[in-house]
Amino acid sequence: MSETIQHIQLPEGSIEKQTTTLNLGPTHPATHGVFQNIIELDGERIVSAESTVGYIHRAFEKIAERRPLYQITPLTDRLNYCSSPINNMGWHITCEKLLGVETPKRVDYLRVIIMELARISDHLICNSIVGVDTGAFTGFLYVMQYRELIYEIYEEICGSRLTTNIGRIGGFERNFSQTAFSKLEKFLKEYPDVLKEFENLFTRNRIFMERTIGGGAISAERALNYGFTGPNLRAAGVDYDVRVHNPYSSYQDFDFIIPVGKTGDNYDRFLVRNEEMWQSLSIIEQAYRKIKEFKGKDAEVYHADVPEYYLPKKEDVYTKMEALIWHFKIIMGEVDMPKGEVYQAVEGGNGELGFYLISDGGRAPFRLHFRRPCFIYYQAYPELVSGGMLSDAVVTMSSLNLIAGEMDA
Amino acid sequence: MSRPVRFNIHPIAADIKEAVSAVEAPEGYTGEGFFATQMSSVVGLARKNSMWPLPFATSCCGIEFMATMASHYDLARFGAERVGFSPRQCDLLMVMGTIAKKMGPVLRQVYLQMAEPRWVIAVGACASSGGIFDSYSVLQGIDQIIPVDVYVPGCPPRPEAILDGFMKIQDLVGQESIRRRNSEQYKALLNSYGIE
Amino acid sequence: MALNNEFIQQQLTTRFGEGFFSFSESYGMLTAEFAKESNLKVLQFLYDEPALSFRFLTDLCAVHNPDLPGRELCVVYHLHNLQENVRLRLKIYTSVEDPNVYTATRLFSSANWMERETYDFYGVVFTGHPNLKRVLNVDEMDYFPLRKEFPLEDQTRIDKDDEMFGRG
Repeated sequence: MSETIQHIQLPEGSIEKQTTTLNLGPTHPATHGVFQNIIELDGERIVSAESTVGYIHRAFEKIAERRPLYQITPLTDRLNYCSSPINNMGWHITCEKLLGVETPKRVDYLRVIIMELARISDHLICNSIVGVDTGAFTGFLYVMQYRELIYEIYEEICGSRLTTNIGRIGGFERNFSQTAFSKLEKFLKEYPDVLKEFENLFTRNRIFMERTIGGGAISAERALNYGFTGPNLRAAGVDYDVRVHNPYSSYQDFDFIIPVGKTGDNYDRFLVRNEEMWQSLSIIEQAYRKIKEFKGKDAEVYHADVPEYYLPKKEDVYTKMEALIWHFKIIMGEVDMPKGEVYQAVEGGNGELGFYLISDGGRAPFRLHFRRPCFIYYQAYPELVSGGMLSDAVVTMSSLNLIAGEMDA
Repeated sequence: MSRPVRFNIHPIAADIKEAVSAVEAPEGYTGEGFFATQMSSVVGLARKNSMWPLPFATSCCGIEFMATMASHYDLARFGAERVGFSPRQCDLLMVMGTIAKKMGPVLRQVYLQMAEPRWVIAVGACASSGGIFDSYSVLQGIDQIIPVDVYVPGCPPRPEAILDGFMKIQDLVGQESIRRRNSEQYKALLNSYGIE
Repeated sequence: MALNNEFIQQQLTTRFGEGFFSFSESYGMLTAEFAKESNLKVLQFLYDEPALSFRFLTDLCAVHNPDLPGRELCVVYHLHNLQENVRLRLKIYTSVEDPNVYTATRLFSSANWMERETYDFYGVVFTGHPNLKRVLNVDEMDYFPLRKEFPLEDQTRIDKDDEMFGRG
C-alpha cells in the first residue's frame, strides 16, 4: 500500500476538529412536530444541540384569563392532543377542587375508564412512532387501526374523536350508553392480542433493540433535576406517579403497578410505556367491573348534584326558562367563584400535568398556569443526544413523546 | 396465546373487473387507432390521480391526518400513496394545524420552494381562520401569507372531511387548464401575496 | 418526624427568623412569601436540609397583578419532596420597574426554560441565567404579552372589529 498523497493542505488538526452544523426542523419530517434543533456534528456524532421551540405558541394562558371555566375546557383539549380526555378531566378536577364539589364514585370510575383509554392511545402513538423512526412502519399501520376502537368509544360518549371536550364540572354530560359499554367490551376483548402482537414485533426484535438500547439515556438524578415526570422519569428508575402519590378520581381503589426502567434510555422508555398500557388495560377492566356493580338508581348516576356548576340538560334548556337562564349564567361565568389558589396535578400521557389556578372571584381565572411536562423535559434534549449518533437523536426525540401543542401552550 | 394467523383468502373468487378501478377517459373523438382530446384534460387526469402531498402538520389536525394516512382511512386510495416531505417534489401542500406567527415565514418558505403547479389545502379551523385562537401569537388564517385552494372546516376535521377536501382538490386539479399558471390573473394573485 | 406543613413552617422560621416569611395555606398546600433577594438562600436551604429535601422543582411561573404597586410581579415556585410526597409553594414579589430576581438554574436544571418562559411572558429578569432570551415568542417581540395591560387579540384582524372581539 502506497501512501496517499494529500493534494489539499489543511491546517494541522483541522480534520479532527472540523464540525458540521445541521439544521433539523422546524418542519423536518423526522421531528414529528414543530421543533427546531441546530445540531453540531462531528461526522455522525453529535457534539452539541440547541433547541428552539414556540412554533405553535397559541397563548393558552392569556386566553384562559378571558374565559369562564367551561370555556377553558376546549383549550385543555389542545394541550396534549393525543390524550385530550386526561387534560379535560384534569381541568374539571381542578375546578371541582376550587369549587368544593364532591363527585360520586361511579363518576370517578367512569372518568378512570376514559382517562386510561386516553393513556393507551397516547402511548400507542408514541411507541409506534418510535417504531417508525427505527424503520418499522408496520407496527404503526397495524395499531392505528385499533386506535380507532378507542376513538369510537369517545365518539359514543361525547360525539368527537380527538379533541373531545368531554365531561362537565361534577361528571359527564350524559350517561354512558349501552353501545359505549359494548364498544368498551369489544376493545377489552380485542386489544390484548393486538398489544401482544405489537410487543412481539418490537420488544425482542434485534434491529429495534440495537437501535434503541443505550440511546438517549439519562440517570435518575439528572432526570429529577431536569423535572422529568411520567414514563420518561419512570424509565430512569424513579417510581413517581401522580395517580399513586396524589390520587385523584379514586385511583386509590385500583390495583396496579408502576413499571420502572433502569437506564432511562429509549428502549426502557419504550418498555415502560408498553407495560403501562397493560396496566391501563387492567385498570379499565377493574373499573368496568366496579361500574357493573352499581344497580338500579345508582347505575343512573353520572354527575354530582351541583346545579350551580353542572350544566342543565339540553332538553330543559330548550323548553324551560329557568334552565336556559342557568345555562347562560354558567357558560358566561356569572356564577360566583370562590377566591383561592389551587394546584392540581394529574398523570397525563407525558407526566405530571399541573393546573395552577388563581381565582379572584371574577368570571375568569385571574391566572391559570399549565405545568406542561413536555416543555419541562424537552430542555434535557441537548444533554440526552450529545455524544450519540445523529440517527439516534431522532429516535430519542420520538421516544420522549414530544407533543408540540403541549410544549408551546 | 397469540392471535390465529389470518390469510388473505377471499371467500368468493375475485372478479377482476371489480378489483381494478380505472378512471373514466376524458371526452374526445375516437376512431380506429386514434383518440383525440384536449391536452388539458389528459394532463389534469394524470395530475389528479397522482398527487404528492406534503403534510405540513403542526398540531391536533396532524394527528387526524395520521389517521387519514394510516390503514383505516387510507389516503393512498386516492392516488396519494407517496406522502413526501420534500417541498421540491410535492405538488400539494396540506397545512394542518395552528400556524403561529413564528411559523409563518417557515410556511411561506416551504410554499416558495414548491415547484409549479402547486396547490394548497388548509385543513382545520386554525389553518383556515385562526380558529379559537384569536390571540397575539397566532396567524389568523394561512391565506394571509399564501394562496389557498381548499379549506376544510372542523377542529379537527374528521378523516372523512380531510378526504373530502382532498377530493375537492382533485376536482380542481382535474379541471385546471394547463395555461392557468402562465395567465396574468394567476400572476396577479401571486403578486397580491408578494410572490414574484 | 412527619413532614407536615407545621414542621416546614417551624424549620423555616428557625433558620431564617421570625417575620421573614408570611405563611398561608390554600387547599392544603403551604405557601410561604418572602423577600425576593433571598430566594436562592431559601431554595438552597430547602434543597440541602435533610429533614426537608425539597429537591424537585415542579413548576415555576409568574403572576402579574397591576393593583399591587411595588409588588406587581410575583414569581411562584412549586416544590415537591418526592420521598415524603409533600408539596410547597414559594412566592416572591417584585416591582415592574425593577424586575430582577436571582436565577435558580444552578440548583434546578429544569428552571432554565421555565425562567425563560417567565421572562418571555412577564419580563421578569433572572439575574445570572445562562441564556435569558425569549423561548416561545419571536425574538423581535418588544413587549411582555401576558402582562395585564396588553390585549389578547391579534390587532391586525379587520373582519372582527367590534368591542365584543376586543378590538374596539
